[in-house]
Amino acid sequence: MIPAHALAAANGSGPSIPAPHIEYGQLSPMLVVFGAALLGVLVEAFLPRRARASAQLGVSLLGLGGAFAAVVVLAAQGHGTTKAGLLAMGAVAIDGPALFLQGVILLTAVLAVLTYAEGRLEPRINGHRVDAFAAQAAAVPGGEQERDATREGLRTTEIYPLTLFAVGGMLLFPAANDLLTMFVALEVLSLPLYLMSALARRRRLISQEAAVKYFLLGAFASAFFLFGTALVYGYAGSLQLGEIADVVSGVSQVTPALAVTTQNDALLLIGLAMLAVGLLFKVGAVPFHSWTPDVYQGAPTPVTGFMAAATKTAAFGALLRLFYVAFPGLRWDWRPVMWGVAILTMAVGAVLAITQQDVKRLLAYSSVAHAGFILTGLIATDRRGVAAVLFYLLAYSFVTLGAFAVVTLVRDSKGEATHLSNWAGLGRRSPLLAAVFALFLLAFAGIPLTSGFTGKFAVFQAAAEGGATPLVIVGVLSSAVAAFFYIRVIVLMFFSDPQPSGPAVAVPSPLTATAIGVGVLVTLGLGLLPQYFLDLASKAALFTR
Amino acid sequence: MSYLLSATCAVPAAGAVLTAALPAGTTEARRRTTKTVALAVSVLTLGLAAAVAASFEPGGARYQLTESHSWIRSFGISFSLGADGIGTALVLLTAVLVPLVMLAGWHDATGPVSGSAAGSVPEGSFESKRRTQAFFALILAVEAMVLVSFLATDVFVFYVFFEAMLIPMYFLIGGFGDRAGGPDSDRQRSYAAVKFLLYNLLGGLVMLAAVIGLYVVAADQGQATFSLTALTDAISSGKLVIDPNAQRALFLGFFFAFAVKAPMWPLHTWLPNAMGESTAGTAVLITAVVDKVGTFAMLRFCLGLFPDASKTFAPVIMVLALVGIVYGALVAIGQKDIKRLVAYASISHFGFIILGVFAMTSQGQSGATLYMVNHGISTAAWMLVAGFLISRRGSRLIADYGGVQKVAPVLAGTFLIGGLATLSLPGMAPFVSEFLVLVGTFSRYPAIGVVATFGIVLAALYALLLYQRTMTGPVKAGVEGVKDLKARELAVVAPLVALTLLLGVYPKPLTDMVNPAVNDTLSQVHRTDPAPAHPVAATNGGEQK
Repeated sequence: MIPAHALAAANGSGPSIPAPHIEYGQLSPMLVVFGAALLGVLVEAFLPRRARASAQLGVSLLGLGGAFAAVVVLAAQGHGTTKAGLLAMGAVAIDGPALFLQGVILLTAVLAVLTYAEGRLEPRINGHRVDAFAAQAAAVPGGEQERDATREGLRTTEIYPLTLFAVGGMLLFPAANDLLTMFVALEVLSLPLYLMSALARRRRLISQEAAVKYFLLGAFASAFFLFGTALVYGYAGSLQLGEIADVVSGVSQVTPALAVTTQNDALLLIGLAMLAVGLLFKVGAVPFHSWTPDVYQGAPTPVTGFMAAATKTAAFGALLRLFYVAFPGLRWDWRPVMWGVAILTMAVGAVLAITQQDVKRLLAYSSVAHAGFILTGLIATDRRGVAAVLFYLLAYSFVTLGAFAVVTLVRDSKGEATHLSNWAGLGRRSPLLAAVFALFLLAFAGIPLTSGFTGKFAVFQAAAEGGATPLVIVGVLSSAVAAFFYIRVIVLMFFSDPQPSGPAVAVPSPLTATAIGVGVLVTLGLGLLPQYFLDLASKAALFTR
Repeated sequence: MSYLLSATCAVPAAGAVLTAALPAGTTEARRRTTKTVALAVSVLTLGLAAAVAASFEPGGARYQLTESHSWIRSFGISFSLGADGIGTALVLLTAVLVPLVMLAGWHDATGPVSGSAAGSVPEGSFESKRRTQAFFALILAVEAMVLVSFLATDVFVFYVFFEAMLIPMYFLIGGFGDRAGGPDSDRQRSYAAVKFLLYNLLGGLVMLAAVIGLYVVAADQGQATFSLTALTDAISSGKLVIDPNAQRALFLGFFFAFAVKAPMWPLHTWLPNAMGESTAGTAVLITAVVDKVGTFAMLRFCLGLFPDASKTFAPVIMVLALVGIVYGALVAIGQKDIKRLVAYASISHFGFIILGVFAMTSQGQSGATLYMVNHGISTAAWMLVAGFLISRRGSRLIADYGGVQKVAPVLAGTFLIGGLATLSLPGMAPFVSEFLVLVGTFSRYPAIGVVATFGIVLAALYALLLYQRTMTGPVKAGVEGVKDLKARELAVVAPLVALTLLLGVYPKPLTDMVNPAVNDTLSQVHRTDPAPAHPVAATNGGEQK
């Protein structure tokens, strides 16, 4: 039966669909970033070529800074704690974890954009400074067109709006409260990343190969996610995470039409598994990690740093929300599987990293191992676990970004010298840079008094309290294996003889120096005095639904 | 709340930062400024340590001068320090040895980077300019971290500094050698440094799992704290009952880390490499200071936190210690390298210390504590004189020496005193402690005591054979030019010799300081001295209070 007044409205001249209520204020971080991205597109279209780079940098920094300010204001108004709630008809949740992770993503994006704008590393072409990105992305590598574009000193300034779109997707991803919004966010963050991976100025073929691999596997993973969404919808009759949870736990009444499918647990379990595959791909967990080394190696290093830090943060946010909001009732089903994934991820990441000969691949496998450590916190399934994961992501993002920023500085005539043999004796040529990189490596290894240790301690403690002692033991042993390859790099830098024709360390502009400096400060700060941020993470660790 | 203890730890830490930040330079004047500042800091630390010892009242509470600062509340961690008799004795040892090590290594950081790479670093490059600063800053950093470990009354704080001290130690071993090794001494040294770090890191990570496990067990029973005093009080009052199996697992986790650090057979193999390849001063820092943290921690943490498990495992550990005593001594006899000989002798001595700790008698544990101090002093004297000799001849091989006493009588004489102290000649300090350990062992485990006594005979063999081969007989080629000790070197050796003799005839101040803490430890493990079958009061009446 259709109510009479609805019919009347449909027949009349007034609008038949009620306008959704949109809380623009609470959505402002995302809106600001998307707005800045659109502005970036306009800059590309209307500004003269020479003015674009600095204009894009300005727009990006303003957009990201403004969004961060909005996040801080929202958090200060209590939208992370007391006023947390669902927005936009339940499609988006703004709560503690969402705001915390949005803040982390925005800060890492600011630092990443600083490293994008670095113009002093590549030799000048015709008096023009150029950056790490292809002169003309569409030109065939090695072709006539590319040579012309390079000689002209062109730059791909589109990287800035692309990054802003990706950041927008990343902000939405951990805040998405229904599966479709989550999927859209996944795509919005992924598509620009595929493009950005292909934009390296040097070694363009390997960069494009990386992009294709990332795109194909990423599209596959997205398809898994979408299929999972369909199956879960078939089971629960809703896309909203909270309503799915109610159906799973049998709280809410399902309509008779759905009662048939709701009996079918296979639908639910397969759906959940497919959703998890889609997200685990993004965080780089074993066995969905195989894209990581290729993409990390091929992508332009500033992009790799951004991807490694921000994508992981966003994807773990979504993973947390999915498991903690939609499927807490299925804990006994997904926990054993996630145990296996976590153990595999830690062990495989640590063991495969040992044999790597390329710094970027090494850091890629190390990021796989770290995904495993973070998963141990996720498995704790309590508030402490969420807090530990949030803190870990904060600590890890800055270390990763700093480490990749250092990688951009070690160069020879062919560009970045990422092969490990080139790093021999770096500590003797430029002790300061080597010491900074060693600090980042020690933080990755989880040595006390660095942020890495605090994070690792937090997740292991949460896991142990959640009864996952074997997981902690595997984690500790993988840490020991992982320590070996971090130390191997330190040995190479400090105790090996430099190669006569080895790389030189380029002197960066204040932009990259700022990024690295902030990385160092955060790494030490979160190691020595982490209390404030642990409090913040613990306050933020409650999901709304 | 007194700030004396944190000042004692903070002064060398601040000194390390200050030394590292001093202006670089290759001129001797610049270097001397750096060294003088570092030495002044270490002397100031000695003054503060003396103040700690002076204000320590042997009859008072177990932990005195206690202070506690909030550090990481989320983890239940406060930065708590407290001095007990055992800790104070070792703080004094550390504070005495560090200035002497600096003085002994006055020129160790000068000159080319290393034997084979001498030409590869241009003179005046950043690295060679900063070398002196790095060397002395690292020594001060190690001192600060060791002091915190001896004074920490919070399990977490202890763990953090126990683990963090590996990093400066690692750079000291890997970065600064004695330039007396073979052509591939660089490779050997970096191998030694990595081996040191990996062994100890693995031990530390296993301990990390146990630290977390301890917290989880304690938190389950409402004692969510890392405070050592709170935990031991709860354990001895029965408020905290750790299930026997869990207790054994946790004990093994802690003990493994300490046994690697001590080092106990069969986890000792890193020590000969590390001591052989580093400078004599660094070797002293390793064996006389850093390793003492391991045996000290067995006494304070293993026995205090896991009394029942300690009793369960004591026989096994005693046997391993016994193997270490005999094995270390036998291998020392067969060594061709002077520094490796001292290293194996130390392994034998660490066997005695561990024997004393786990005999669980008051003589045994007082003896073990005195042994730590006396071994530190006597080995420092022996090793540093050996280092002076090696720096003159440029070789570590025993076979390259002979007849040194004819050309350098003072050097030979002090070397003899060091050797005699090592073999525990009556009248020298180590005799008192070795005697106490053996008496303490006999009264509970007569068979083990009998075998351990053979260690003394073997010690006489390696110490006297070394003296005979290097110092007596005809003057070998290459030894003629060996000059006698200089004023600086005499200033290093004289205090050590004086202390060896003084503590040999009058150990009472030290035993008075140590005994109450030992008795407290024994009461924690519910052990009393077994009634002697024969009256032995005449020999140790002075020590038993």
